[in-house]
Amino acid sequence: MGAKKITGIALLVVFVVAVQIATQLTGTSYYLTQLTMTMYSCLLIIGLCLVMGYAGQVSLGHAGFFAIGGYTSASLTTTNLLPALEGGSSWVSMLNSMGLLTAGSSMFGEPLLTVHPWLACLLAITITALIAFLVGIPVLKLKGHYLAMATLGFGIIIFRIVLAMEFFGEADGISDVPGFTLLPGLTVNGDIDNRVVNYYIAAAVLVTGFVLLLNLIDSRVGRALRAIHGAEDAADSMGINTARYKLYTFVISAVFAAVAGVLLTHYTGGISPSDAGVMKSVRYVAIVAIGGMASLWGALTMGGILNFLSLRGFFGSYDDAVFGTILIIIMLFAPEGVLRLTLWSKFKRQKKEKGS
Amino acid sequence: MTLLKVDGLNKHFGGLHAVNSVSFDVKKGDIKAVIGPNGAGKTTLFNLICGGLDADSGAVEFDSQPILGLKPYQIAATGISRTFQNIKMFPGMTALENVMVGLHTKSRAGFWAAMLHLPSTRTEEKTIRARAYALLELLEIAQFADVEASSLAFGQQRAIEFARALASDPTLLLLDEPAAGLNIYETAEVARLITKIQQQGITVLLVEHDMSLVMDISDEIVVLSCGQHIAEGTPSEIQHNEEVIQIYLGE
Repeated sequence: MGAKKITGIALLVVFVVAVQIATQLTGTSYYLTQLTMTMYSCLLIIGLCLVMGYAGQVSLGHAGFFAIGGYTSASLTTTNLLPALEGGSSWVSMLNSMGLLTAGSSMFGEPLLTVHPWLACLLAITITALIAFLVGIPVLKLKGHYLAMATLGFGIIIFRIVLAMEFFGEADGISDVPGFTLLPGLTVNGDIDNRVVNYYIAAAVLVTGFVLLLNLIDSRVGRALRAIHGAEDAADSMGINTARYKLYTFVISAVFAAVAGVLLTHYTGGISPSDAGVMKSVRYVAIVAIGGMASLWGALTMGGILNFLSLRGFFGSYDDAVFGTILIIIMLFAPEGVLRLTLWSKFKRQKKEKGS
Repeated sequence: MTLLKVDGLNKHFGGLHAVNSVSFDVKKGDIKAVIGPNGAGKTTLFNLICGGLDADSGAVEFDSQPILGLKPYQIAATGISRTFQNIKMFPGMTALENVMVGLHTKSRAGFWAAMLHLPSTRTEEKTIRARAYALLELLEIAQFADVEASSLAFGQQRAIEFARALASDPTLLLLDEPAAGLNIYETAEVARLITKIQQQGITVLLVEHDMSLVMDISDEIVVLSCGQHIAEGTPSEIQHNEEVIQIYLGE
């Protein structure tokens, strides 16, 4: 089991490096931009896969969590606090003296004082986790379609909020988001010279998140989640606090979405209301579904392929329609990915019987 | 010594008095059965004890502690395990994994430890895997450890369910119609396993329809009819009780 996991991860890392080298050799390193964006989307998708595929809780609100993360970081790192500092705000001067603010200049050369990206990032994650926790408590009492509807409602609320508030840039969203220097020399931004570095930053974040989730599902907690998914009352009578497990899983997957939101926003330099849109959430759910629901590898693979094709404009203006269609087909022919699993196990059993 | 004390338990469903002031004790180490015709309130009584339903009034004490009003997962933590009438295997999991879920209260690893795959988690995982395997051996189904549980025959699934319920080291095991859906051979097999479980020092309370099973293995029997406690005693006492015979055979 353990050896299989390590081999898988090793192959994944080899693949990531191979792709980068291939783009370099073929002079197609412009692909790296879409690949980097794809990997951040995949981070959200594997988090959603945990909550949907393993814990069995559908969420049509994950674009909302992505947006909370992205918008929090974007607004904090672009709001100029210099006027507030000069106006004598004790809060701002305290943050400044603690070294949590960072000075810069706008594209017109005027001086800027903004929240340091690290602080903004941590705040974004904390706020998202808190909102997921508070929303999760009542919402996760619902099951099946009702849960889907409630999370859909949550997603719509977030979408309308970012669309309506001036602080979040209304329909334009937030642009000119500065780069995020993780460590000296490692900056998340969209500079062309920095493309390879950013590709590897995204890959490192994604692989780390992926390993964490692989470990999680292959553990006592993962078994408890699958038990809740399969037979909640039986899981309950095994001593599993089902409400708490569902809630924690929901929060973890929201945090994955928030990290994706923060990093992708700093990478592309902006975020707009469409990133919080319901169609985005539908797309994520469709990808997890086509990946086989309870399959992190499936979600990662399909997330990689479909997001990349979509970003390359392969689906043209039918982009959203493609993902909607995928979702309908999956729900008709393989709800919960069960069909795929049963077909596969039948196939394996037949093979075994023939062999013996 | 009394392990479980059911005292004046009441439950209404609308106008139906499903459980009507039922009281009885379960002695430590015994196999006690609750029997009664269809609609006698057996399953309702069972669910009241397990926390699946809220009682209208009355008390249930386990090991001198009140347990009425606790949630199922909290009741599990006190040392009561249960099985289900319609065997609830966790789909997609092997027999071994099913039993490992049963070891939930016996293990610690939380979200962080699991995600980081800490050394303590790895050791714990090994321990519970070995323990789960030992339980499958106890119930004589170790050869199916790596087979998907829901693809096995009913009798085997029942044995896995027993192993899963025993995993939490319960002092009291509640069995909801353990012979439901089984043929006579499988029923005999289940009866033997229940006695084997009793020999491990575990007290058993079962709700059952199948008379042969109950008469063979029970130390004491409670008879319910229309939600009321009609009779209580050893199997031979119950077999000769006029009222019980009347209920079962009619006028």
